[in-house]
Amino acid sequence: MNDKLIFEESSPGRSACALPALDVPAQDINKLLPPTVLRQTPADLPEVDELTLVRHYTNLSRKNFGVDSGFYPLGSCTMKYNPKVNETLCGLTGFAQLHPYQPASTVQGILRIMYELGEYLKEISGLDGVSLTPAAGAHGEFTGLKVIHQYFKKHNDKRTKVLIPDSAHGTNPASGALCGFHAVEVKSDPHGNVDIADLKAKMNNEVAALMLTIPNTLGLFDEHIAEICQIVHDGGGFIYMDGANFNSIMGITKPSMVCVDVLHFNLHKTFSTPHGCGGPGSGPIAVTAKLTPYLPVPTVSSPRWGLNQPISDGLGAIVTKDENGYSLNYDRPDSIGQIKGFFGNIAVLIRAYVYIRMMGPAGLKKASQMAVLNANYVMAQLKQHYHLQYDRHCMHECVLDATIQLKKFGVRTLDIAKRLLDYGYHPPTIYFPLIVHEALMIEPTETESKETLDEFISVMIAIAKEAETTPDVVKTAPTSTPVGRLDEVKAARELRVRYTK
Amino acid sequence: MPYIPHTDTNIREMLAAANVANLDDLFSSIPKELRLAKPLALPAPLSEIEATKLLCELADQNTNAARTPSFLGAGCYNHFVPAVVDHLASRSEFYTAYTPYQPETSQGALTTAFEYQTMMCQLTGMEVSNASLYDGATALAEAILMALHITNKKKVIISKTIHPEYRATVRAWLEDLDINIIELDFTNGMTSLEALEKKLNNNTACVAYQSPNFFGIIEPVDEIVKLVRKYEGTMLISVVNPMALGLLKTPGDYGVDIVVGDAQPLGNRMSFGGPHLGFMATKMAHIRKMPGRIVGETTDAKGRRGFVLTLSTREQHIRREKATSNICSNQALCAIRTAIYLSAVGKTGLKQVAELNLQKAHYAAEKLSAIPGFKLTFSGAFFNEFVIRCKKPEGINKYLLKKNIIGGLALGRFYPELKDSMLFCVTEMNTKEEIDKLAAMLD
Repeated sequence: MNDKLIFEESSPGRSACALPALDVPAQDINKLLPPTVLRQTPADLPEVDELTLVRHYTNLSRKNFGVDSGFYPLGSCTMKYNPKVNETLCGLTGFAQLHPYQPASTVQGILRIMYELGEYLKEISGLDGVSLTPAAGAHGEFTGLKVIHQYFKKHNDKRTKVLIPDSAHGTNPASGALCGFHAVEVKSDPHGNVDIADLKAKMNNEVAALMLTIPNTLGLFDEHIAEICQIVHDGGGFIYMDGANFNSIMGITKPSMVCVDVLHFNLHKTFSTPHGCGGPGSGPIAVTAKLTPYLPVPTVSSPRWGLNQPISDGLGAIVTKDENGYSLNYDRPDSIGQIKGFFGNIAVLIRAYVYIRMMGPAGLKKASQMAVLNANYVMAQLKQHYHLQYDRHCMHECVLDATIQLKKFGVRTLDIAKRLLDYGYHPPTIYFPLIVHEALMIEPTETESKETLDEFISVMIAIAKEAETTPDVVKTAPTSTPVGRLDEVKAARELRVRYTK
Repeated sequence: MPYIPHTDTNIREMLAAANVANLDDLFSSIPKELRLAKPLALPAPLSEIEATKLLCELADQNTNAARTPSFLGAGCYNHFVPAVVDHLASRSEFYTAYTPYQPETSQGALTTAFEYQTMMCQLTGMEVSNASLYDGATALAEAILMALHITNKKKVIISKTIHPEYRATVRAWLEDLDINIIELDFTNGMTSLEALEKKLNNNTACVAYQSPNFFGIIEPVDEIVKLVRKYEGTMLISVVNPMALGLLKTPGDYGVDIVVGDAQPLGNRMSFGGPHLGFMATKMAHIRKMPGRIVGETTDAKGRRGFVLTLSTREQHIRREKATSNICSNQALCAIRTAIYLSAVGKTGLKQVAELNLQKAHYAAEKLSAIPGFKLTFSGAFFNEFVIRCKKPEGINKYLLKKNIIGGLALGRFYPELKDSMLFCVTEMNTKEEIDKLAAMLD
């Protein structure tokens, strides 16, 4: 395979782009712009023909592993299969070629999708208000905490802290800090739940919220959830739910029943947008009625359909293009304001809308059931071969660890992950959550068949045997990938973050 | 449900293997009273045929720029996207992959991000670039946060000629952080140098301007730089339209500290405002304070070149509350599109596209300002957008829409003092015929 960078394939004079000739009378550029503002040397971009370009990026894509290439059990990332129809539909010209400042009367179709998606997310969460704007999960965390911050500000209640369990996603403390909160860590108990005594000790009238991942990053549903919420609510704080693991509870429970006040969805995980090598995502938030006035602008309004109207059945339902149609509402005096440009990652919203419409209520529930079944199946088969810290039913992911392999044979979790690459699998999430030291967090998702899981299980068992009998094979993996283990220390010490000739 | 492979037999076998009697028992850790007794109240499932029909109907209810000539810009642009961009970015190995945490099997994503970083450096004239942020507005907020961290000062000066939604985003992000934000007035559509001089002092963490600015006008950057550099330590942040950098002197040429903007014009569709991608480039000295992911070059044991995510100690999964930013998922696939776009148009193509924008926008400005009752509101040099003063912009837009033209942006919404003005944008997508038709309709 060709290992050149696109710059190294460049030849002066080549181009992969045919632009139209100028069809208006040409003027001297030096008359249109003062020569002092003009660029003297053009940006040194690649000069390649179209076929070179196509081969370059096709070859690069072949050095990349996606869900369509194989099993991708990356815990807490929900790498499930994403329906192809989503891609086709969100790419329709009638969605892709819309300008955000077009008059509302010309964009009723997309506004209706946004409005209805908001209603669906309210139903799925049981909460009262929704904002589709956040561009990713962490952006949703930030927005949700801002909403809480704004609530206390308006009520003249000075609260400066957020409580965050030690098993939380790393973005939680960072999002808290960004909102001006001080993050206080709460310990987990030996069963992987929040330590109630520690929570009680840390809860007081300075605490604005507890940020809880439900189910948590150990793949466990906290058994004391009701008590936890009670403690926080009694202290005047809010429950913030990190919804990254929502894929396990759709249609099984509603965050509102758990007494959650704010929640962010990761639409790109649960509601099926491919991750695109790390984005774009989408992180809408849902909140209780008490917090709804503080949601960011704009929200999508529909005076004609009203909040209590039954959700339309879709097919054939025509939205009249009149003054009472859907609109974007900026007139919300208590709002935290605007948290990004325009209205959110619309193409991701469309995919989520299509997914929910095609799955229906029973389909969403079944997806969660199968995700949880798959994780428990894998856990049950592997727990004789890898250490399992918390031996109880898991939700959609399980956390095993390589403590045995490390202690007995000097084989680390990282080695096992790299060896999986040789067998054609993407490794699980490793070394997370931080409280499990040699963690292997496996999330099979509902879209993987029993056959795929059985093959994966047998490979994991084979690697456990290799660790015992031929540990060097594991420690020097991978050998089948385009490059071997890369020197990350060198990358950070001798920083080369751009190509130079 | 075509996305779930399990047969009833599979389910029975797997439940048995997991030592569970039935599916409900799998959820035993959720207390009974917290479990739903009835199905979610959502519409019944649609087949693919039905879903496609519904979405096509909804798409058809929108007036789109592919069918209806549009003169809207203002931070989101209708530019040509070569077919290769769609085809290559649609390779499923790219779009169905996660963040490249396992570099050996993610060289496609990492190499492309490295190329993207390089191209953004070359465009902006800066030394380092990250691998994308959410959008231009959040990129500006992140840049200001970065300047606050670096300088340890509390005053932020931003020009009112910066996109109003970018400024709103900055206000919302920074509001709770005990920071003093000052917005600078403008004269003749350009940042008021007089106001800037008055507001600057030793407590100023940063000054942010946009050029070409929200009104399309090229700011007197030399003068801004001169004033700001009188105060040691004050950082200069430039918001740019990357398309304009095909023609214009780079922020790097002016010695700016941080460059941000939205790279949507480079290979990404308008999509009703998102997903787009924020970019950020800066000097090597500040790389450790830069938010977002960065890809670096290294080697494997055999000496083969490879790429990894680097400097991740800046990131939230390691330093947690001490992180420089909370960004995790970024806009990686949009950045891939931008890298492919920039490779497709290449060195000469980008200049050529930029020139088409410049020439056509000036042709349109001349045509429109020659109509009685219409004239240019400002006199500064502009790239592909310009402001026209006229009576009742909203009424004009309604009239144009009836004639199947999407007009400009009425500015009263953002600038009450400009309620008699509208912002027009002309790109390579607008033909002479369209421009002439627009002018004829207004005459």
